[in-house]
Amino acid sequence: MTASILTVDDSSSLRIAIRIALSGAGYAVTEAADGMEGLEKARSAKFDMIIADLNMPRMNGLEMIREIRKLPIQLGTPIIFLTTESDEGMKQDARQSGATGWLVKPFVPEQLLRVAAKVLSR
Amino acid sequence: MNGQDPIAAFRVEAGELLVGIEQALLDLTHDLESRDLVDTVFRGLHTLKGSGAMFGFDALANFTHHCETAFDRVRKGKVPATQELVAVILSAMDHMQALVDGDGSGLAAAGDDILARLHNAIGDDNEAMVAAAPGDGDGNGAVPATHGASGWRVTFYLPPDAMANGTNPLALLDEMRGLGDAKVTALTDRIPPLAELDASQCHIGWQVELRGDVTREDIEDVFIFVMDDMELDIVPLACGEEDPAISATEIAAQPVQAEAAAVGEARETSPVETGAASTADTARGRPVGTPTESVRVPAERLDVLMDRVGELVIVQSRLAQLAHGGVRGPAGELALRSVAEDIERLASELRDTMMVLRMVPVASLFGRFRRLVHDLARETGKTIELSTHGETTEVDKTVIERLADPMVHLIRNACDHGLETAEDRIAAGKPAAGQVRLSAQQAAGEVLITIRDDGRGIDRERVRAKAEAQGLIEPGQQMSDSELMQMIFHPGFSTAAQVTNLSGRGVGMDVVKRTIESLRGTIDIASNPGEGSTVTLRIPLTLAIIDGLLVRVGEGRYVIPLGAVEECIELSLEDDLRSRGRSFVTLRDRLVPFIRMRDMFETGTRPDPHQKIVVITTGGERVGLVVDQIIGSHQTVIKAMSALHRDVPAFAGATILGDGSVALILDTLQLVSVGQAQEERLLAAG
Amino acid sequence: MQPVELMQDILTKPASANWDDQGQLEVLTFDLGEETLAIEAIQVREILDLLPETKVPGAPMLVSSVVNFRGKIIPIADLRLAFDMPPAQVSVDSRIIVIEIEVDGEPTQIGMRTDKVHEVTTLNRNDAETPPAVGMRWRRDFIHDLVRQSGGIIVLPNLGAIFSTDPSDASS
Repeated sequence: MTASILTVDDSSSLRIAIRIALSGAGYAVTEAADGMEGLEKARSAKFDMIIADLNMPRMNGLEMIREIRKLPIQLGTPIIFLTTESDEGMKQDARQSGATGWLVKPFVPEQLLRVAAKVLSR
Repeated sequence: MNGQDPIAAFRVEAGELLVGIEQALLDLTHDLESRDLVDTVFRGLHTLKGSGAMFGFDALANFTHHCETAFDRVRKGKVPATQELVAVILSAMDHMQALVDGDGSGLAAAGDDILARLHNAIGDDNEAMVAAAPGDGDGNGAVPATHGASGWRVTFYLPPDAMANGTNPLALLDEMRGLGDAKVTALTDRIPPLAELDASQCHIGWQVELRGDVTREDIEDVFIFVMDDMELDIVPLACGEEDPAISATEIAAQPVQAEAAAVGEARETSPVETGAASTADTARGRPVGTPTESVRVPAERLDVLMDRVGELVIVQSRLAQLAHGGVRGPAGELALRSVAEDIERLASELRDTMMVLRMVPVASLFGRFRRLVHDLARETGKTIELSTHGETTEVDKTVIERLADPMVHLIRNACDHGLETAEDRIAAGKPAAGQVRLSAQQAAGEVLITIRDDGRGIDRERVRAKAEAQGLIEPGQQMSDSELMQMIFHPGFSTAAQVTNLSGRGVGMDVVKRTIESLRGTIDIASNPGEGSTVTLRIPLTLAIIDGLLVRVGEGRYVIPLGAVEECIELSLEDDLRSRGRSFVTLRDRLVPFIRMRDMFETGTRPDPHQKIVVITTGGERVGLVVDQIIGSHQTVIKAMSALHRDVPAFAGATILGDGSVALILDTLQLVSVGQAQEERLLAAG
Repeated sequence: MQPVELMQDILTKPASANWDDQGQLEVLTFDLGEETLAIEAIQVREILDLLPETKVPGAPMLVSSVVNFRGKIIPIADLRLAFDMPPAQVSVDSRIIVIEIEVDGEPTQIGMRTDKVHEVTTLNRNDAETPPAVGMRWRRDFIHDLVRQSGGIIVLPNLGAIFSTDPSDASS
């Protein structure tokens, strides 16, 4: 079965880039433009993986991850956050909020796919 | 909207980011202490840098990085926000836009210049900035040790919350199996008694004997996301036998090496060479400077559209069934009629939804003027405060774009001519800072945009003197105040006693008026001496659909925009014959020139015995159009003509009629000017 | 090369049709009056029966009307006028070929009225001749090449020049 991935980013260019990379590799991709929308989508359907930016309007990534972790439907869903922060603080915060892993921007499609393959259990 | 091209999307987004950053910078000039604004600027620069690097805009990413670093220092309280710093970053905005638009070639010198000023502004020396550049921070040369052993014994306990946070231990084991020949043993020594067991936590540990050509980094890579919080012990298998001494040193070295590996990972992921280069090539392969037009649409509006399309598909299948089975008897006819009604409703709903998709808030338009006013204030030495109201009012995207230039001119006028210098204002008992107020509101299918200043107002005597000097009016001619104000829109009219650097750059109020009228809008000026002026623009909400009057001329059918139609009168055969060669009718004691459309279009047909004159008016001028027949009103979807027909006068576009044929839409402005020329010829002839 | 022709070549933009590396060109051939013309197959969008046309008063003679082509308003061109041919009677074979070319740098769809559409065929550059600079009935810059094909001559018109709105290209 195709793995379904939710990507949450306020940058539509980044969403497009992620969608092209993931759907090209055969994943089904759902998009959300901010934390609030991401949370809504995460409430309504089970995803195999969630990729989220941290720096977003309305609801930032950390808050969204914390909320998603409370949802029974997303129990154990891997959440990868995107970061450009070089300081460890951000990674620490995200992990404590319940993120599974991270991907440092800028990244190339291969790196994204590697991370996806890594956290998606077959 | 092109949903498939991330580079095009990035360009649009970068433009929006730059506008947002600029706004915050401008606000910051009034409130240097605001943490929120500093944060906003920082976040904007940060996103721009990150996305820029993603899509191969390396020059942009590098340049923005310096600005971001400077603002990060402000954010962390290391340096204060100063007017100088804000000014430098503001000037960097244009450079960034240029880097977004182009490929960065030929811009390096300008960029270096700005960066030099940036370093001065934050009292920094070059070295510190360079040291902070991306990719330089990890130059410690730490190379994680590799081990040439035949294998490893990996012992690990995951953090208790790992599974809840999405880490799947089985996936980690799978990944290790992928590295080489793995023998996995579960370690159950830490499983608590059943009464204390929390099922959502991971209590099991694992020991894996991994054989093959595997490096320590390969193994650490498996645990990259959890390494900091877990217990991980990686020991080489020495010829199948465990050596306690080696094991101990490896364990002692463990934390240091884990850190080194993390640094290695960071370096591996930040400067992406191959990938970024190929994206940059794609960017260059694209014709720069002809970006695809795009509109941002809120998702819920698309959902509504999707619903309608869904309904349409259902109705279509009902129609197909009817067509297939044949329409028989009253029941069949009823079914067919019901389908027709549904399609009609859906079409009209789809049209309305579609219109809404084209609407964008005027905020995007108003936002551009803050920089303008800021610059004007600096150039004129006046203190100017700009306030904006009703920014969420939505207008058709095309309208917004075409309003930009006229509004720039009106705001320049207000700042340059309208507002007085601070000294003059104080002398007149006004606050030193001049006010310019932009507002937008919707009213009955129109949007009202006003530009108001609290300056000196329009000097009627100067307007009159100028109009007389230009020969536009007779000396001492009686005219109403509004007629006098309309003089301002006359071509070539300018009241500026001296042409300053700011205003009078070729375009005048006549161009503004023409642009507004080409949007089927109107412009009005109200002014009280000493209190300021208000310019009001009334613009239809959308250009894509208009109410039209469908008429017939010869064998052709044409649409006249209903908004321009004043009245329709009959042209009797008698009047027609009598007015031959003169082409004027008397309408309530006024001579109105008229144009025989049949002659103009050279139809070669005989006039209808009951011709009509459709009197149209724009900008206070009237002209009658003689047509053969008035067919009725028509909701007109305006379609553009191709490049081959764009220069044909008399037409503003075309539309498709119910029977699928094409009707041309008359350009009322053009026709009125034809009528005026006719009038002038007549007046000249005496 | 004659000096006159040299001048003509400089004035004529784009100088040649898009022959491929093998010197071949896939075209659609059609009749216009006594002549057989060909347009590059990649420029062809669709072949239609005649449609009800709407005259555009004041438009250039070459493109004097428009039609509704799937909700778009596209001009209808009569190439006879570009080649000084008399107007034709509509016959059962009359068709409109919808092409897409750049006009003023803008991709533009144009419907061309033709007397009869033949086939898609491949022309060889070896059979092509540059039209003579003098002694032609037609404007030199309106023609890319004349191609010999099975005993006849196929005219490869320069659509870019014919439909250019640049006044410097206008007939002198």
